[in-house]
Amino acid sequence: MQLTNTPDDLGRFTRRLTIAGAFVLLCFGILFARFVWLQVIQHEYYRTRAEDNRIALVPIVPNRGLITDRNGVVLARNFSAYTLEIMPAKVAGSLDDAIESLAGVIDIQPKDRRRFKKLLEETRNLESLPIRTRLSDEEVARFIAQRYRFPGFDIKARLFRDYPNGAFGSHLLGYISRISDRDLEKIEQNEQEANYRGTNHFGKSGLEQHYEFDLHGITGFEQVEVDAGGRAVRLLARTPPTAGNNLKLTIDAKLQEVAEQAFGERRGSLVAIEPSTGGILALVSMPNFDPNLFVDGIAGQDWDELNNSPDKPMVNRALNGAYPPGSTFKPFMALAALTLGKRTPEQTISDPGFFKFGNHTFRDDKKGGHGLVDMYKSIVVSCDTYYYQLASDLGIDNIASFMGQLGLGQRTGIDIAGESEGVLPSQEWKKKRFKKPEQQKWFAGETISIGIGQGYNAYTPIQLAQATATLANNGVMFRPHLVQYVENAHTGEKRFIEPRPIRTLPLRQADINFIKHAMVGVNKEGTGARAFAGTPYQAAGKTGTAQVFSLKGGQYRASGLKKELRDHALFIAFAPADKPTIALAVLVENGGFGAQAAAPIARQVLDYYLLGKRANAAAPVDETAEEEEE
Amino acid sequence: MSGLNPSWHPRDLWRWLIAPIDGPLLLLAGLLVLVGLAMVGSASPERITNQLLNMVAALIVMRLVAQLPPQRLMHLAPPVYVIGIVLLIAVALFGDVSKGARRWLDLHVMRIQPSEMLKIAVPLMLAWYFQKREAQPRLRDYAVAAMILLVPTALIARQPDLGTAILVLAAGFYVIFLGGLPWKILAGLAAMGAAAAPLAWTLLHDYQRARILTLLDPEKDPLGKGFHIIQSTIAIGSGGVLGKGWGHGTQAQLEFIPERHTDFIFAVFSEELGLVGNALLLVLYALLIGRGLMIAANAPTLFARLLAGAITLIFFTYAFVNMGMVSGILPVVGVPLPFISYGGTALVTLFLGVGILMSIHKNRMLVQK
Repeated sequence: MQLTNTPDDLGRFTRRLTIAGAFVLLCFGILFARFVWLQVIQHEYYRTRAEDNRIALVPIVPNRGLITDRNGVVLARNFSAYTLEIMPAKVAGSLDDAIESLAGVIDIQPKDRRRFKKLLEETRNLESLPIRTRLSDEEVARFIAQRYRFPGFDIKARLFRDYPNGAFGSHLLGYISRISDRDLEKIEQNEQEANYRGTNHFGKSGLEQHYEFDLHGITGFEQVEVDAGGRAVRLLARTPPTAGNNLKLTIDAKLQEVAEQAFGERRGSLVAIEPSTGGILALVSMPNFDPNLFVDGIAGQDWDELNNSPDKPMVNRALNGAYPPGSTFKPFMALAALTLGKRTPEQTISDPGFFKFGNHTFRDDKKGGHGLVDMYKSIVVSCDTYYYQLASDLGIDNIASFMGQLGLGQRTGIDIAGESEGVLPSQEWKKKRFKKPEQQKWFAGETISIGIGQGYNAYTPIQLAQATATLANNGVMFRPHLVQYVENAHTGEKRFIEPRPIRTLPLRQADINFIKHAMVGVNKEGTGARAFAGTPYQAAGKTGTAQVFSLKGGQYRASGLKKELRDHALFIAFAPADKPTIALAVLVENGGFGAQAAAPIARQVLDYYLLGKRANAAAPVDETAEEEEE
Repeated sequence: MSGLNPSWHPRDLWRWLIAPIDGPLLLLAGLLVLVGLAMVGSASPERITNQLLNMVAALIVMRLVAQLPPQRLMHLAPPVYVIGIVLLIAVALFGDVSKGARRWLDLHVMRIQPSEMLKIAVPLMLAWYFQKREAQPRLRDYAVAAMILLVPTALIARQPDLGTAILVLAAGFYVIFLGGLPWKILAGLAAMGAAAAPLAWTLLHDYQRARILTLLDPEKDPLGKGFHIIQSTIAIGSGGVLGKGWGHGTQAQLEFIPERHTDFIFAVFSEELGLVGNALLLVLYALLIGRGLMIAANAPTLFARLLAGAITLIFFTYAFVNMGMVSGILPVVGVPLPFISYGGTALVTLFLGVGILMSIHKNRMLVQK
């Protein structure tokens, strides 16, 4: 070992050490300054961020409100079931492989896979999607035992919507299904984003859609302490959810069922209204569909079947089918004539079996005509010539303004969205409807067939039912509605959808009584007599037959046209005639004559409603019925 | 020298045992290790037994090394250095790739990471070299020293393991600096470094660049590359002046802090013990470093002085880089917090350094006689 520590060397080394020591202190000073910055000056900010990290708000989805009919029969309810859900982002490796190995643990049908694929395509955000719903306890146990093999898979307890009556009333109840982008927009517009955290479903049609924000309820929250993996460690606080409001309907579920059964395999619609309130007793659109199919996310095949069926089961014919009213229009025409002073009941015409206008001949259904016809007879036997003449005398604009007051060709304002307007033809309407000037002019000849409910005329069944109910209610018109009241499940507080008279038509009671009398005559001695033979109650009615080949407008009717060119059968009625408790309109697509196909359905519905008599079968078709109307 | 004359009497045995031990150094290092045990106990209680065993192993190594005279260490320097270089080359040729880097050598019996031993081997070798060239080192000597330093540094950087490369570079640089590197050269190097920075940037791997960018703006990628830094700064900041209390740090206990028993243990410490704890920790480190520098100042030979100074400054570098990265002022590199982070290798290496310091300290009188 050499001893060469010259003082010079040592001094330099000590200086260097001192510099290093100073550097150490400087660096530690910087660190300390950083700590002061983070822990004193920015402390509040970081404290908040740590709290945000630690505490998660876990939404608790409220029970969706129940829907019950006027007698308390449950039409829509909830049940809790286990679902197996996948967070695609958290699955290690290929999703298909993972599902494949899952199929070894619990039963996965091809249907489940298709539905999952569809959901996967539809959702953009990273949410958890069900691969299987309604697992049995045994399946849950089997999965839990093997859970470690399936990262990203989890069992969740979810509430499901259940429609215990299946397809009955599907069009009025509507259905709920997984929230779509469009639903999200609606949620945002209503500033409900926070309330819908955790909610997967949304009303898509019918009452479920219209009363969505009533039915949903208020989401509760659990404040939980979570770890970095998002697992809940400890419950800190809990705000319970408030169940959605219940809907009490004006619908009579039994009546609804009777009416739907009466249609059998036939397509069509029936709307029955309580004339004194506008409360809807039955709202039928056939064929119907099972809304339960949509709850878990509908399988592609089921959806295609429903959507591509030529019978269009997804269309709510009661609100969206616009049909020419045919001869059911005649009582309203007669009422217009009386009100406007164009006819008296006693005035008669002589019906040669046709009506000549210019050089065009409009034929009556009965060859050779009905002979001498007054107003009563014109309704009872459904004489066309009488109404050709009358329409010509009234003129299109008088007809349009009178029928407009009855609500025809206008949305009724029923508490279901997406109602169609129908067509109430007038000079004004034609100007708007057509682009070419030569088509915009109204020809007087076009007014003639309007008189018997043909031509441009097209009304929805609910409009016809409303007009009938207004007549039955002596001109006091109510907004048709399905919900009697919305009940707060928590407080029991009820919000009534008040029966609100829209208007009272300026009609003379004598005129009304006369029309009612003639409509009773229809069922006693006229076109409805066979269908209404032997009723212990007095029912007023009117048959109607609408020509299909002259239909205008709606797309789905055009496809029906190709399939079948038979006429649509219609019937309007109310009963008991002196103090009506029910008014209805029936339409059977391609059913033939109104007396043949529509009147027997009305009979079954009235029998059940007024007598409690249940047919439990499709209404008979009176093949021998002869219709003398067009 | 102690240990030459063992007797089996317990008192003699104890005397023999503590003879080469430097009390203040052991006290400071021991306090830091106890802090570490407490923090491992909070962050990852199941590991505390293991860490206790690591501590025992480290103390044994310290005691053994403390007994070695510095001359013996000096003789060991060239072979250790050469073996280290050979192993590094072997890694480059036959090493195992793990997480995209070739750092491990599989010797069938065990897997080793040779870059670890270079952290000691490089300063050892450089101190040896300066000792050999002690008469006024010339420019040529600095060039050779630079070669001794840069060859292993480059090999490690190529693996790539930038963190270790920088630590090795720093360790070697301390020796050269303390060895009297003229300020002119130092200034020249600094200027060159500044000029070459853009070039160095292009030579960096993508993930290395990402780390530096993350430091500048961690919120840009809060769930990805920025997650570590964001969560550790939240932990520190939310600790406040007094901390949340031992075992009560939510960031730590709810596992928001990654690597919370190893590289990021300081975030746990800081969250639970606050600014007061941080200040005490800095004081402990400062005292330890002060003691080390004192030992260096009093060392008898150039070799001993340079080695003691470099080892002490390595302790500082570990502490500064680790606390700097955890608190978000330095990029994330894999450097543990000395004496505190969980892990046997690091603890043994650190106490090996402590042992060397003790040996140098005990042998100061002997040589000066």
